[in-house]
Amino acid sequence: MNIVVTVKQVPDTWAEKKLDAADKTVDRVSVDNVMNEMDEYGVEEALKIKEAHGGEVTVVTMGPAKAVETIRKALSMGADKAVHLTDDALHGSDALQTSAALAKVIATLSPDLVITATEASDARGGVMGALLAERLGLPQLTQARKVTVDPAAGKVSIERLADNGYALVEASLPAVVGVVEKINQPRYPSFKGIMAAKKKPLTTLSSGDAGLDAGSVGLAGAGSTVVDSQPAPPRQSGTIVKDEGDGGVKIADFLAAQKLI
Amino acid sequence: MLDHEQIRTGAVQESDFTEVVASVRRFVRERVAPLEQEIEETDEIPAALRAEAAEMGLFGFAIPELYGGLGLSMSEEARLVCELGYTTPAFRSMFGTNNGIAGHVLLEGATEEQKKTWLPKIASGEWTASFALTEQGAGSDPSGLATTAVRDGDDWVINGSKRFITNAPLADVFMVFARTDPHASPSRGITTFMVEKGTAGLSVGPRDHKMGQAGAWTADVYLDNVRVPSSALIGGEDGVGRGYATAMRCLAHGRIHIAALCVGMSQRLVDESVSYAASREQGGAVIGTYQLIQGLIADSATDLYAARALVADVAARFDDGSDKRIGPSCAKYFASEAVGRIADRAVQIHGGSGYIRGVPVERFYRDARLFRIYEGTSQIQQIVIARGLLAQAGS
Ligand SMILES: Cc1cc2nc3c(=O)[nH]c(=O)nc-3n(C[C@H](O)[C@H](O)[C@@H](O)COP(=O)(O)OP(=O)(O)OC[C@H]3O[C@@H](n4cnc5c(N)ncnc54)[C@H](O)[C@@H]3O)c2cc1C
Ligand SMILES: Cc1cc2nc3c(=O)[nH]c(=O)nc-3n(C[C@H](O)[C@H](O)[C@H](O)COP(=O)(O)OP(=O)(O)OC[C@H]3O[C@@H](n4cnc5c(N)ncnc54)[C@H](O)[C@@H]3O)c2cc1C
Repeated sequence: MNIVVTVKQVPDTWAEKKLDAADKTVDRVSVDNVMNEMDEYGVEEALKIKEAHGGEVTVVTMGPAKAVETIRKALSMGADKAVHLTDDALHGSDALQTSAALAKVIATLSPDLVITATEASDARGGVMGALLAERLGLPQLTQARKVTVDPAAGKVSIERLADNGYALVEASLPAVVGVVEKINQPRYPSFKGIMAAKKKPLTTLSSGDAGLDAGSVGLAGAGSTVVDSQPAPPRQSGTIVKDEGDGGVKIADFLAAQKLI
Repeated sequence: MLDHEQIRTGAVQESDFTEVVASVRRFVRERVAPLEQEIEETDEIPAALRAEAAEMGLFGFAIPELYGGLGLSMSEEARLVCELGYTTPAFRSMFGTNNGIAGHVLLEGATEEQKKTWLPKIASGEWTASFALTEQGAGSDPSGLATTAVRDGDDWVINGSKRFITNAPLADVFMVFARTDPHASPSRGITTFMVEKGTAGLSVGPRDHKMGQAGAWTADVYLDNVRVPSSALIGGEDGVGRGYATAMRCLAHGRIHIAALCVGMSQRLVDESVSYAASREQGGAVIGTYQLIQGLIADSATDLYAARALVADVAARFDDGSDKRIGPSCAKYFASEAVGRIADRAVQIHGGSGYIRGVPVERFYRDARLFRIYEGTSQIQQIVIARGLLAQAGS
């Protein structure tokens, strides 16, 4: 199995997420950055499939120079090689542009399986998997809580998370699969894995190297841009209902006033 | 003699080591910490956790790369062990003997061939190794140990009993210290043997019921006409009579290791204290606004800071070879006493809750007590420090 797994570097979960004042893109400079947590599940799943069926896991990311830390993390977990698409010209790309760029890179790798997570914790578009599948012309299975591949039959099937149970869905390979957190328990990089990571092949591509037109990527050419943003208003303090024998009625009145009953 | 230059060959690059620490930190906080209460109640480390720890490389971080480990310097080891100290010490204890006292017996005393055959199994966690020095009559002063080993043809026959031996119920191999020359001075008459589990005459007693550190097991080890081949003699023929010196060198390394562990636990206790003081309300205010509570927190934070800085300095001097004796004892003495004070204050800050089972600081309070006793009691550290200084002064 030739498996590609996409990973994105995002501001640490605990960090206050801010937009750059000038161009309203995510501030990735003044915060600690980590691998998008859900992508750890994607990497783990790719490694498990490789361990079961053999093959190779390639990590693909698009992001600033610092995103190489996230690549290292995936390599130290056990991925075999990586492609890092990085270029100042890519800064500010929207979801459509990002998917076009990633698809171009992924296509050159001719994968049997592409694994993405369901969403990245910074922009939370939750669209990348679908966009990639469309651009690569591949079937997409989403919300997978279990993945089973059958390379001989050229098939992949998943248990697709649903509100009250799951659905069994299958697709022919090659395919794009989006995983959820319930799927596995990502491994912690072993000491040997960490030491080996730096020696693994890493290809760094500029947008030109990847064959992307200069005008097709980046803030200037983006189809959609963030114009302004406001922090969520602080939560109002709650209403205290004093029970003087009529507490139940007061609560019912309150709920009715909120149009909740 | 252990060649520290050799240990440093293939030393880990700082950028890799930072990732090692980060990986262990996450593992300890995300995976081990949530299991603390379960480990306490079952008195057992879950097998899956052991497997993950072995997979990660935790059984061999202090063993050179050449023998399958990571080959950390003392300074690096101290930083890593601080992270391990943040959770139940039973977790560290599981691989503590492999990296520490037992693994170091081989590093300090074994022949090259013995190291090449045995250390990789210890570094990978395939074997759990125990260090069997203490006896009923030989604790603080192990030179009086009564276990004997007598040569019989090509074999040695060992008789005696050991007590409080960490990991004995799990151990695959035991580093047994025995008297081989009853007439020689203790520092020349003691020899170390590696005895494998299952050897006829070797048996392990029931687990001791300890005050704390549930999940870490100790037991007696009995040696009743245990016959081992001469290949089990650590250091080969040259190792005869060298056991006491080997044990003393293992302890110096182990003392810095324990001191770092105390720093990690101190950090956890300070964090628990601060978060409780910042949330618990009494008399219409969070208790952290009361200056008497602030005093407890400030004293604990200061003890922690001092212990951390001391351990880092002592480890650096251990690495450059300038102090392998007095410094390690100072670090172990101060850090173990400090974590005792910090645990006591943490219980105080928690009030009645601090005395109730199931509350972490109650457990750590009991766990911490051991650090002032094993690998040399506080009194023994005082003696090592003072005698060392007086010897330097020529008295
Ligand atoms: C506040 C805000 C609002 C935005 N609004 C829009 C908008 O309205 N329209 C629009 O087109 N764009 C918008 N963007 C930009 C867009 O979402 C991102 O630029 C684009 O990279 C998609 O990222 P995502 O986090 O939404 O990905 P998701 O679709 O949430 O990510 C799913 C998975 O795709 C993979 N993935 C995502 N990005 C990468 C990457 N760079 N490299 C490798 N793998 C990746 C990861 O595996 C990830 O887990 C917005 C960004 C921000 C910060
Ligand atoms: C949980 C646990 C795990 C252990 N693990 C191991 C292990 O893996 N391997 C192993 O070999 N041993 C192990 N030990 C043994 C441990 O190292 C000894 O208990 C310790 O060295 C103290 O010896 P003792 O218990 O005989 O006390 P004693 O030596 O009898 O000490 C009693 C008191 O006398 C004091 N004292 C003794 N001598 C002097 C002196 N000269 N001057 C002043 N005061 C003195 C001591 O400080 C102490 O306060 C373990 C012990 C415990 C409790």
